[in-house]
Amino acid sequence: MTVDILSHNRVELALHTLRAGTGRPLLLLHGLGERSPSAVPDAVADWDGPVTALDFTGHGASTMPTGGGYTAEILMADAGTAIQHLGEATVVGRGLGAYIGLLVAGARPQLVRGVVLADGPGLSGGPSSPTSQPVFSLDPVTAPPDPYALVELGRDLRPPDYATAFSRLAVQGSDLEQPITVTARFRPAWLRAVAEEPGVGEADSVRAVLALYHA
Amino acid sequence: MPSDPDLVPPGVRVPDREYRIDAGGVGIALHEWGDADAPPLLLAHGGFDFARTFDGFAPLLADAGWRVVSWDHRGHGDSDHVHLYSWDADLRDAAFVFDHVAGRTAVPTIGHSKGGALLVQLVDAQPFRFSALVNIDGIPSKRRIPDISEHERTKMLTGEVTGWLDHRQRTAGSRRKPGTIDELATRRGRMNPRHSMDWLRYLVTVGAVEDDDGWRWKLDPSIRFGGFGPWRPEWSLYRLAGLGVPFYGLLVEIQEEMGWGTVPDDVAPYLPEGGRLEMFDDVGHFAHIERPTEVAERILDFLGPVRRAS
Repeated sequence: MTVDILSHNRVELALHTLRAGTGRPLLLLHGLGERSPSAVPDAVADWDGPVTALDFTGHGASTMPTGGGYTAEILMADAGTAIQHLGEATVVGRGLGAYIGLLVAGARPQLVRGVVLADGPGLSGGPSSPTSQPVFSLDPVTAPPDPYALVELGRDLRPPDYATAFSRLAVQGSDLEQPITVTARFRPAWLRAVAEEPGVGEADSVRAVLALYHA
Repeated sequence: MPSDPDLVPPGVRVPDREYRIDAGGVGIALHEWGDADAPPLLLAHGGFDFARTFDGFAPLLADAGWRVVSWDHRGHGDSDHVHLYSWDADLRDAAFVFDHVAGRTAVPTIGHSKGGALLVQLVDAQPFRFSALVNIDGIPSKRRIPDISEHERTKMLTGEVTGWLDHRQRTAGSRRKPGTIDELATRRGRMNPRHSMDWLRYLVTVGAVEDDDGWRWKLDPSIRFGGFGPWRPEWSLYRLAGLGVPFYGLLVEIQEEMGWGTVPDDVAPYLPEGGRLEMFDDVGHFAHIERPTEVAERILDFLGPVRRAS
């Protein structure tokens, strides 16, 4: 396994190559509070191109910021930085990584050749409308994940129509018939709305979808 | 303080005390005007501004017997440049400032533009900190969002998202463009077209730093005007309706790029019970800079009963 360090503004992101190879890479996006796997997961073992995995800001070997300030849009830019480095890629996101995968598929539809939205920590996010959310501060820690990431990204607002705006961007900008596939069995409101959009498919397993997106 | 006293406009007074606090690892700069033993009055600046933009306005409040305290938001003025910026982080920093200045005691507050919107959310989340809230053209509404088709809205989002990602890449390690005092003042004048060049030149001397190759605004270059996200401007109005402390909202007649474009009809349905809402005629988004004396008089009139009650 090798690691590339990518600059996203002041953050250094760790992009792990779990398996080298030729062809279109697979980019794995982990769930909230997780880090990139140290080996190719069984679910994506059949992918015959390179397999890479990104540690989001505040996770794994990426920078731990001071004072929090996490948003899903910042993590979308993390994923955008990795995609820019890799070139065209297929994305598999778990939990929070599924939501970020959806956002980056909408933001860079020409570079994301299919995104899989799978179950995992942080899939739900926070409420879909304004609430009196607590203003809080946390004691710093030295080892990842950053507790600010856990709280701020665990409660970020995800209105369904915001999520569907990104699925439409992905569908409009991609020449794939089905650029988004949902494998998650748990469907929070934003994901239920996305799953009903044109160009969004459903599958029983990540393995099955990757055959569809195969290079 | 500017090295050239000729650059200090009439009525402007530098803070009586300036210092930094540790806001959970982030250095936040505080600026105070008035007697240190006077009752505190917190003042929140707008986006792309900094506390020293109150150098003309805050002394008028201080002279009325208040200890006026403002702070530079993270990435602004003399506060730290950090890895991440977000609305929640600004709220957290503000809570540290309130803790430092007043502990858990309720205090009156004034917010301009983004600072006003921040305080509307903070009073909703932590009402115990507030005895009154004054909002100077800082009530977001959805007025700025044009009535457009879904297709056009999607195209707009494409541009915003692409611009955001490009900006995040471009600003890695970047610095603000250097220039002379006049050049920086002219640049800022595009955002503040109703300010005099004298005032803009003064702002350069307190809001920028001079390096070997010229002056640079202190504002972190990774902070971007506008942006996108799931947040909806009208959500501030919903919070406003539930406000439980005296409220005074000031809107302005002349709309500017930096403002929300909110008009009284947007706010009136959500005005909290007993709330006061006024429109300033013939004044722009930075009313407290354009007409500091009149704005201060109106606010001091509003705060009179609050002061007596405390």
